[in-house]
Amino acid sequence: MIAFLLKRTANAVFVMLAVALLAFVIFRFFGDPVEMMVNEQATLQDRIELRERLGLNDGFVTQYTRFVTNAVQGDFGISYRNQQDVMVLIKERFPATFELVLVATVISLVVGIPAGVITAVYRDSRLANILQLGSIVGVSLPSFVVGILLILAFSVSLGWLPAFGRGETVDIGWWSTGLLTPSGRAALILPAISLSTFQVTLVMRLVRAEMLETLRADYIKFARARGVPARRVQWRHALRNCLMPVITLTGMQIGNLIAFALVTETVFQWPGMGMLFIQAVTFVDLPVMAAYLLIVSFIFVALNTLVDITYAWVDPRLRDDTARGDG
Amino acid sequence: MKLRHLILATAAVAALSGTAQAENVLKWGANRDIGSLDPYSFGDSFTINVLNHVYEGLVRYNKDLKIEPALAESWEILDDQITWRFRLREGVTFHNGNPFTAEDVVASLTRVSDESSPLKGNLPAYVSSKVVDDLTVDITLNGTYPLLLNDLTNIHIFDKEWMTENDTLMPTDVGAGTEGYATYNANGTGPFIVESRQPDAKTVFVVNPDWWDEPQHNLDKIELLPVNSAATRVAALLSGEISFTNDAPVQDLPRLVAAPNVEVLEGVDLRTVMIGFPFRDTLTTGEPNPFKEKAVREALYKAIDLDLIHQRIMRGKSRIAGATIAPPIPGYVEALDELPGFDPEASKALLTEAGVPEGLEFEFNCLSDGLVNEEQFCQAIASMWSRIGLSPKLDVAPRAVQSPKRTNANTDVYTLGWATLPLLDSYSPLLQIFHSKDGNAGVFNWGGWSYPELDGLIDAAGKELDLDTRLSLQTEALQIVKDEMIMIPLHQQPMAWAVTDDVSEMPLFPDAKPRLWFARMGDGS
Repeated sequence: MIAFLLKRTANAVFVMLAVALLAFVIFRFFGDPVEMMVNEQATLQDRIELRERLGLNDGFVTQYTRFVTNAVQGDFGISYRNQQDVMVLIKERFPATFELVLVATVISLVVGIPAGVITAVYRDSRLANILQLGSIVGVSLPSFVVGILLILAFSVSLGWLPAFGRGETVDIGWWSTGLLTPSGRAALILPAISLSTFQVTLVMRLVRAEMLETLRADYIKFARARGVPARRVQWRHALRNCLMPVITLTGMQIGNLIAFALVTETVFQWPGMGMLFIQAVTFVDLPVMAAYLLIVSFIFVALNTLVDITYAWVDPRLRDDTARGDG
Repeated sequence: MKLRHLILATAAVAALSGTAQAENVLKWGANRDIGSLDPYSFGDSFTINVLNHVYEGLVRYNKDLKIEPALAESWEILDDQITWRFRLREGVTFHNGNPFTAEDVVASLTRVSDESSPLKGNLPAYVSSKVVDDLTVDITLNGTYPLLLNDLTNIHIFDKEWMTENDTLMPTDVGAGTEGYATYNANGTGPFIVESRQPDAKTVFVVNPDWWDEPQHNLDKIELLPVNSAATRVAALLSGEISFTNDAPVQDLPRLVAAPNVEVLEGVDLRTVMIGFPFRDTLTTGEPNPFKEKAVREALYKAIDLDLIHQRIMRGKSRIAGATIAPPIPGYVEALDELPGFDPEASKALLTEAGVPEGLEFEFNCLSDGLVNEEQFCQAIASMWSRIGLSPKLDVAPRAVQSPKRTNANTDVYTLGWATLPLLDSYSPLLQIFHSKDGNAGVFNWGGWSYPELDGLIDAAGKELDLDTRLSLQTEALQIVKDEMIMIPLHQQPMAWAVTDDVSEMPLFPDAKPRLWFARMGDGS
């Protein structure tokens, strides 16, 4: 088990280093931050000096080593554009993104699971067909289109919900939450729905597939033969056995949602990490871009590693296999 | 328990703001947020523009964009011709109550001209400044220089005592990785006070009741609410969540005009859109560069159907330009605005005569996030040039990607928009674009041309203190630019702001900068 843990952790570290390297290679194509930092009247000399002071003239290896050394210590420098410590900037924005992702996940489960069960149980009913059709629309519509449609309907036409922003927030320690104020909750609804559309259909389709499988199983037939009510068999006995993959998928998708939140945040002007990243790209704010990419990939890698380790812990076959492979 | 207190406190705050509905709150939905609260930290004219509501300069632009006294009441040039003496306004206080004195001016000028300040280029002629007495300051320049006042409109004055207390006398330095107090806090003399700021969400400015000037506005509060997405900004305006935007997207104007609660303010920007040519020996393809010949530049100019671009791409909202500056800019005369006339046949003849090979390939560098409808007019121009037998390769990408190519001469033909900011004078494009590359001159001379006669006129204008003589020198220089077709002007681009019907007055400035101390709400109803 220890060998397995070590191997997984080493893998994770390697992936992180590779991401940092990739990020660095990509940055070369993002352009020159100095051109965005100085104003029209700056002389050529000023520009050259600034480039020198930012260390942009150093060799690739020097820059990469310096970046990794600092990043390991949690030091990403300060933002070119906002002149703030990058870690503080990201820490300020993380709660907004996290709450959005959390609520979107809850919506995807609350809507997706029942919808999946219904489409599996009443397969050719009208409701199931509508849900199936809706799920195709949900998968194929890009989330920014969903967002704009929601804004048009609920903000412009009906005037029920705000079109942008996060409403009033309350600070609890360093965590700022919008869940405790009416305007904060109202502002959360549209972005969360828009972010969850894809996820809802994913959960629904997964539950449906699993349910169809499970409903054919022997124990379901025995339960029905014993006279257990159909509803109870479907929603308790069958559904419970379908939930394991759903939970795994949801856990893995949190990383995805954090990354995809970028689009939703831009449409709704949600002051989260994605918004910060988009702005950083516009202004070639390299420290912020680098930190964002590393932190998001860290979340991905950490979630994956955790899931792998949990699997190995639950299922000895995986672990034994690895242990044998090592020695 | 603690949580409950928080909720109660929030409810109380909500109730308070509920009763304050009668206030005039202008909700400004900008297309982006300001970088920070420190106008000196990043060379960004939008940030400086917004913070101008909080900080002021020694002089400012009035409603007609003429320079008028602000924190300085009067000024004179001393006998040595290079020292300017400013008499400061008495009885001005900063938002924290500190009095405004000559010390503050010197400390601010020192801060903005520091080595690490990205804005030091905004004071190109500045050498030093010194306190004469409490309300008098001397600024010494590196020579006679006529445009100091124009430069000073953009130099915000900080409180020295406040900077000293908070250890922020020097600008923040990205190279050294230091943060600064002024990044998060502001203390100016201006008509509005920063009340709170949440980056990318909301920055609140409240009216300064002790402002030295008689306010023309009747606002109690400004909320700066950045909304990056154009569609969302339009929606927010229609639903009344914002009451003003300084960037109403061109494609949504008909919709906004049709909306009962929205008024669209349209005008023509000062920004002149131009096309520049390379003057180097070879093109990026390695082939000899024909654009060094004036006849070839003329051929490309005559091949562009300016009317078509105006009608189809700019939807009739631009102003076709023959001059490289807009009419309101000092130095403009009507003769500069003469158009070449669209004549593709003449273009072909000129190209043949100059011996340009059929199907000559060159790069045409445009921005995807630059000027109004830039991608579209670049495509149109590229196809117009194809029609006279050239093969332009259109290269469209964001500014951040294109800038290095342009400054490092890694491209051939390019677009450039120039509004003459912050000087609002024709000296600005002459010095920064058309002068040969030399120190702070010709920084935007990406084509690498050099006309000694032109340089001579510009240098003479840069030392000439008499306004009329200076402007005639500049007009003469602009005529050379026009005759030589160094760059070809296309049009001044349209600009559009929009307000909801509770805003009764919002003067539209051709330099595209909102000045909300002239805005009024609710007068009409």
